[in-house]
Amino acid sequence: MLDLLIAGSGPAGLSAAVYASNAMLDFVVVEKYPMSGGQMLNTIDINNYLGFELTDGFTLGQAFRTHAEKAGAKFVNDEIKSIEKLDGGYKVVCNSQDFETKTIIFALGANPRKLSVKGEKEFAGKGVSYCATCDGNFFRGKATAVVGGGDVALEDALYLANICSEVYLIHRRGELRGAKYLQDKVFKNDKIKLVLNSQVEEIFGENKVEGVKLNNGEKLDVDGVFIAVGIEANSTLLDKFVDTDNGFIIADESGRTSAEGIFAAGDVRTKRLRQISTAVSDGANAVHSVEEYLNKN
Amino acid sequence: MVKELNTQDFYEKVINSAKPVLVDFWASWCGPCRMLSPLVDSLSEQYDAVDFYKVNVDEEPELAREYGIMSIPTLIMFKDGEVFDESVGVAPEAELKTFVEKAI
Repeated sequence: MLDLLIAGSGPAGLSAAVYASNAMLDFVVVEKYPMSGGQMLNTIDINNYLGFELTDGFTLGQAFRTHAEKAGAKFVNDEIKSIEKLDGGYKVVCNSQDFETKTIIFALGANPRKLSVKGEKEFAGKGVSYCATCDGNFFRGKATAVVGGGDVALEDALYLANICSEVYLIHRRGELRGAKYLQDKVFKNDKIKLVLNSQVEEIFGENKVEGVKLNNGEKLDVDGVFIAVGIEANSTLLDKFVDTDNGFIIADESGRTSAEGIFAAGDVRTKRLRQISTAVSDGANAVHSVEEYLNKN
Repeated sequence: MVKELNTQDFYEKVINSAKPVLVDFWASWCGPCRMLSPLVDSLSEQYDAVDFYKVNVDEEPELAREYGIMSIPTLIMFKDGEVFDESVGVAPEAELKTFVEKAI
């Protein structure tokens, strides 16, 4: 039986892998994609990770992965299908193999939240996008809309304002939620048109997006809709074991969950600030908790 | 390795192909694309019944426009010169295998 299985290899999982190597634990990291980094792979500019003045998510993800590999971490490229309780641990069932482990650090992160309106699914890849930096270029000189009011929505609107003819920023509240310096840039950008106190009711079009319908009945003609309404935790695999709040696994800085031997790290747990730096910190804390747990049991 | 394809070769290699052809529309600066390409490489080694190519949307914008690409990565499966199926975004390998096998 392994000492530890780390599920996921975003910054939380990779940081845990480095600390687990140093602690000389017998462990594996399970990642369903052949590449590490998680959500940050979608980020072009990262300017707040210490030691890297300006980098991008892909480069930083690769650097983290290389570090973990050199530290001795073993990576398994497989998808976890289910988790079962065993005496003194857990069985982690993957697509092509199973693992038995005393503890789990669960760091599967989160995915963009869906808007759940008519047209969203139908027009995925036909004008509906969750990644402005990936898809913005396809809307050069065209009108687009960004839905949301947080940091990501503001960053997306600013990025698209460089490319598109105009950008509607649609937010359900009367005030934006994102960082003040971003709000400031948004207010000063005359290509960005604020549409506050409004909700998108439908994304419409023939074969591709032609516009959005708002809850006040107004229609905006746009070719692209970028959805940035927060994230959804990837916690369903643990549904029967741990307590959650809105899908986020309830755990403090120690990573301890309501299930013995399961620790949550990174965006998947309840926390105030979801950043690469806080995910890295979670990974370290979770390994510390795993060591404490293994010493006691 | 999955070979790069340009507009000139597209008709010969994709439209006139007797086999189904999977085309990966991607760009070098797109993180999710770089995540998907090793998976496509691995598929190309597993299936001889399908040809695999990739199209860089920055270098071949006309092809991207012609096939209505608005999100990358997008995989398009061509069969008998026509679009047979499409997959947008990164998907795990098991899902991609189903995507390929449907066309065989």
